[in-house]
Amino acid sequence: MGYVLDFGVVYERLPELLLAALSTIGLAVAGMSLATLIGVLGVLTRTSKSSLLRIPTIAFVEVIRNTPFLVQIFFIFFALPQFGIRLNPTATAIIALAVNGGAYAIEIIRGGVESIGKGQIEAGLALGLHKAQVFRHIVLKPAFRAIYPSLTSQFIMLTLTTSVCTSIAAYELTSVAQRIESDTFRSFEVYFSITLIYLAISGLMMALFSAISKLLFSYPVR
Amino acid sequence: MPHIEPGSEQALIALEGVEKWYGTFHALKNINLSVHKGEKIVLCGPSGSGKSTLIRCINRLEDIQRGRIVVEGLTLDDSGKTVDAVRREVGMVFQSFNLFPHMTIIENCMLAPMRVRAMSKADARDIATKYLGKVRIGDQADKYPAQLSGGQQQRAAIARALCMEPKVMLFDEPTSALDPEMVKEVLDTMIGLARDGMTMICVTHEMGFARQVADRVIFMASGEVIEEAQPDEFFSTPRHDRTKAFLGEILAHH
Ligand SMILES: Nc1ncnc2c1ncn2[C@@H]1O[C@H](COP(=O)(O)OP(=O)(O)OP(=O)(O)O)[C@@H](O)[C@H]1O
Ligand SMILES: [Mg+2]
Repeated sequence: MGYVLDFGVVYERLPELLLAALSTIGLAVAGMSLATLIGVLGVLTRTSKSSLLRIPTIAFVEVIRNTPFLVQIFFIFFALPQFGIRLNPTATAIIALAVNGGAYAIEIIRGGVESIGKGQIEAGLALGLHKAQVFRHIVLKPAFRAIYPSLTSQFIMLTLTTSVCTSIAAYELTSVAQRIESDTFRSFEVYFSITLIYLAISGLMMALFSAISKLLFSYPVR
Repeated sequence: MPHIEPGSEQALIALEGVEKWYGTFHALKNINLSVHKGEKIVLCGPSGSGKSTLIRCINRLEDIQRGRIVVEGLTLDDSGKTVDAVRREVGMVFQSFNLFPHMTIIENCMLAPMRVRAMSKADARDIATKYLGKVRIGDQADKYPAQLSGGQQQRAAIARALCMEPKVMLFDEPTSALDPEMVKEVLDTMIGLARDGMTMICVTHEMGFARQVADRVIFMASGEVIEEAQPDEFFSTPRHDRTKAFLGEILAHH
């Protein structure tokens, strides 16, 4: 006898999966937002004249980009408590995603900032704006526009990486799916279903990114 | 002797023994120059002679290694305060316009009044509207830079600088990046500005413009001021061989 598909059990527990999917989206959005913040601040320290700021930033980027996410999240969840820093799984997941996404964002956004012509910056300075104002008002938006496709595909990756947070039993789609599977032994049905849900989440993210792009980056360029 | 407007005893800009190096390259050699209120200076010379470097020192886009630059009684130094004060009084127009692509023309003009002069949005809009009208592109206010012709973009850049109501305007080859048919509209805007009494230092090879508005023409070569004269004299009886050679080349091209 072959395996008989039965999506009934999945259908019964769909509300649980959808709630977990919402949590996945929440983790992803929180991670991306913080990663963007880390990215922007990190570009400032990464390109700072002070080596006291620049070198730690380079070290941070290299450590994060050359180690597995799973190790990073275990480090925060299991190793930090040894030093008295104890975080719940959700907080750990968000921080790990922010730190990981942030390291990539620093390098991506830096590329964007470097693509901005010297003339733009000089025009701002000549008008009397300070360096920080030039960065904020003149450099940042065109820089984001230049690297938006790379940054958003990195963020789609980050969204899918939330599934690794299962490893610390964070509440998100994959961990809930795992629980349903162990309750029902309906492996195929469960993982097939969450595959579709992840696809839908990615699609949603892409739609969101494209809406943001239309809102912010629709100015014409030559 | 420079022509001095009544009521302006002190030079608006004074460069005294200015020396500038880029690493080991000596870019400006003993530059002495004073510009009085209302004066129009045209700066010319072969490529690489230091024209851009000179005017960029005046608003501290470049620093100097020796000598002194005084703008409006303020001696430029490393303190942020003097640099800020000087930049507020000195407007600059670049060869490549350098409009901000993500802002509309009027937003380009409003940015500095709001951020540097702490003007309200409404006041900034009023002043931007005034100067965009003055350079005759009031109807382009809500377009983005990429939607304008080169000549319009350069006039917008002039308006943007004027919105800070500077005491001096620096122009670095403002028409060199333009298609020939757009040069005139930008020069006309600059001539209008000169007529209104603006103090101007213009790096340009537009000799017609120099004849028409310059009080003095300064010729530079290899980082030095070689010759300085009123336009009639400069064009009719250049003294130095390098000036003659340069003029011969420029006039052959025009
Ligand atoms: N940032 C820099 N670093 C090193 N050398 C520079 C720098 N900027 C300019 N120079 C050199 O200084 C010299 C003067 O340059 P500058 O741009 O002032 O010339 P210019 O007279 O404006 O020439 P052009 O007509 O080509 O614009 C040139 O030889 C140039 O190569
Ligand atoms: Mg130049």
